[in-house]
Amino acid sequence: MPMIEITNLSKTFTLHNQGGVVIPVMAGASLRIAAGECVGLTGQSGSGKSTLMRMVYGNYLTAGGSLVVAGVDVARASPREIIALRRSTLGYVSQFLRVVPRVATVDVVAEPLLQLGRPVGQARARAEELLSRLNIPQRLWSLSPTTFSGGEQQRVNIARGFAHAFPVLLLDEPTASLDAVNREVVLTLIEEAKARGAAILGIFHDEGARARVCDRLVDVTGFTPGLAA
Amino acid sequence: MTDQAYNFAYLDEQTKRMIRRAILKGLAVPGYQVPFASREMPMPYGWGTGGVQVTAACLTPEDVLKVIDQGADDTTNAVSIRKFFQRTAGVRVTESTGEASVIQTRHRIPEAPLREGQILVYQVPIPEPLRFLEPREAETRKMHELEEYGLMHVKLYEDIARHGEIATSYAYPVKVEGRYVMDPSPIPKFDNPKLGDCPAIQLFGAGREQRIYAVPPYTQVVSLDFDDHPFVASKAPHDCDLCGADESYLDEVIIDDAGGRMFVCSDTDFCAGRQAAGHRGRLSPAEVV
Amino acid sequence: MGVVEADMRAALDQPLLSVTGLTKRYGARIGCSDVSFDLFPGEVMGIVGESGSGKSTLLSCLAGHLVPDEGQVTYSGRDVLAMAETERRRLSRTEWAYVHQNPRDGLRMGVSAGGNVGERLMAVGARHYGEIRGAAADWLGRVEIAADRIDDRPSAFSGGMQQRLQIARNLVTGPRLVFMDEPTGGLDVSVQARLLDLLRGLVRDMGLSVIIVTHDLAVVRLLADRLMVMKGGRVVEQGLTDQVLDDPQDAYTQLLVSSVLQV
Repeated sequence: MPMIEITNLSKTFTLHNQGGVVIPVMAGASLRIAAGECVGLTGQSGSGKSTLMRMVYGNYLTAGGSLVVAGVDVARASPREIIALRRSTLGYVSQFLRVVPRVATVDVVAEPLLQLGRPVGQARARAEELLSRLNIPQRLWSLSPTTFSGGEQQRVNIARGFAHAFPVLLLDEPTASLDAVNREVVLTLIEEAKARGAAILGIFHDEGARARVCDRLVDVTGFTPGLAA
Repeated sequence: MTDQAYNFAYLDEQTKRMIRRAILKGLAVPGYQVPFASREMPMPYGWGTGGVQVTAACLTPEDVLKVIDQGADDTTNAVSIRKFFQRTAGVRVTESTGEASVIQTRHRIPEAPLREGQILVYQVPIPEPLRFLEPREAETRKMHELEEYGLMHVKLYEDIARHGEIATSYAYPVKVEGRYVMDPSPIPKFDNPKLGDCPAIQLFGAGREQRIYAVPPYTQVVSLDFDDHPFVASKAPHDCDLCGADESYLDEVIIDDAGGRMFVCSDTDFCAGRQAAGHRGRLSPAEVV
Repeated sequence: MGVVEADMRAALDQPLLSVTGLTKRYGARIGCSDVSFDLFPGEVMGIVGESGSGKSTLLSCLAGHLVPDEGQVTYSGRDVLAMAETERRRLSRTEWAYVHQNPRDGLRMGVSAGGNVGERLMAVGARHYGEIRGAAADWLGRVEIAADRIDDRPSAFSGGMQQRLQIARNLVTGPRLVFMDEPTGGLDVSVQARLLDLLRGLVRDMGLSVIIVTHDLAVVRLLADRLMVMKGGRVVEQGLTDQVLDDPQDAYTQLLVSSVLQV
């Protein structure tokens, strides 16, 4: 059974404040990802890779088609169902770290586990383990990540995304702005996730990374109205 | 002599009827503040206009009236109200608690136990016990209606937080018959235990605030408190310096410029009665031989 | 799955608050019109809109401060609008809480911090001074107010402390549903962050359901699971918070989102 099953998905943006212009950005998108499989999205900038990822996460609405993640049709699910899905099943490592200022890094990373009702000690231990692996110096753990460098913030974001063993993971440029050592750590984390059966959908500009972790590549240009041949 | 220019007990009969209706309603709903159309009286607010109207509505020509102010029969307020009713109602007056059928009081309950058939009328400045914490009248009435009395305990909590004990020493709030929280007028909390299970009728009149409330005979009246800070009816830890009584409420009197002071019963009738019976205190005048 | 667990799951599947067709008019003017939604246990719903959009009117109707002209409000299976006032007021000091924008509206300024927190306990019958004080001290700690301020009055507190005190005063009875009206309005940005963090932790740990009215989109993004956008008394859009903010469908929401200054 596929963990992600996308069928004939389409998306339009209607810009009400710019004369109501309707922009079709995706049509006829279909894709299946099984447990333990990693699929990389390719296509030139603006072809809709991030749009598709956001639709899978429920962040963007869909115009048509279906989008089933672990048995839940995200295209039709209520906010509650999507929240429950995100809490337990569907993880997302975005390119940007969005957190409440002032909250300690270790708590930022532990939060997905606390949301699941895990004991505080257990959640923090897991957070510390990931922060160590991603080479965030221990003296920074008690500080808010809002003042960290771009690379550090990216690693905190990855630690947060991998804190809970999500059955489905969305990765948006997980190795961008990382040095060789940390890139290696992240790729290992992805391989471990695959090994435990996670279905992964990712955008990797880093070709080496793509070649190493992706089982298949899907060019979204084929789903883009106007760009498709 | 009754001054014939006035109706009996000064107020006209219609007004007295109106006040009696308020009193009866108050007796029917113990502790509930009944609004009434308070009249202008020939004395200033704060001098007992509420109590005087209630007394006027209760008096019959056969009554024997006693008036006390802080327990004393001989202070200005007590004397002038007593004279007022002597003149307008022609009733007999007395200083003896036992002889009186109607007693108007400011800030005390007599020491001598009251009996059935007596009426005790309190003068009340501010009838609303919730007033100091909740200034909105509409809201306090709603709180009474819905029995939302948590706020009363906030007041007591603040006392303990600030003074280590409940420092409220007069106008100590009570709950009447398990329902209404009531301000017993500014009587010392020493008198609070006498409010409950009392054989006499207790009526409370607030002239300026236009409220009458009542505690019928043998009604349960409980002083509010905390489990770990129970209510204590305290008094000065002394005996009366004139009659030697150790169980009565005492006034502290400064007697010279050197800080000398004495403690005397605030209830003058009670003290005089004990002295007449031969009791003596620390500062009693030497026996005249 | 055990029987108890099954029961708990069934309870979580029932809305805690269910609103249908709620309408409030001020004469000819519309306060809010035909508002419907379900709020489930543990959910945080944000309501955004500019001044006069009806969001505060809606909150007041839900909390029972205003009587709506039409519609239904059901709390935990009970019809709130048909409820006797006694019952509604009991709810509002036990299972419900209301955090005002201005802490002065939600605190007793003449009563100590401890008395403010203890009031709700005393209102539901607590009569042991030591226990009340203990609970107040515990809650002051949870909202990061130093224990030695327990006997100080709120007038001696900063704005942020007053707001945290108001939250403690509201949450001490372990409510299930919290109404918040611009809880971070009027606070410095740094103080806002601290308050948001505190609220997030409390919402998670206590499993609170929250309806939060604000005009600050950053606040709802961090706090709210779901978002309702109001304009002219009507709900123009609702959905998952990040979806409404990142892929707004309604013209007004698009304008609102694009009008936020990016920093």
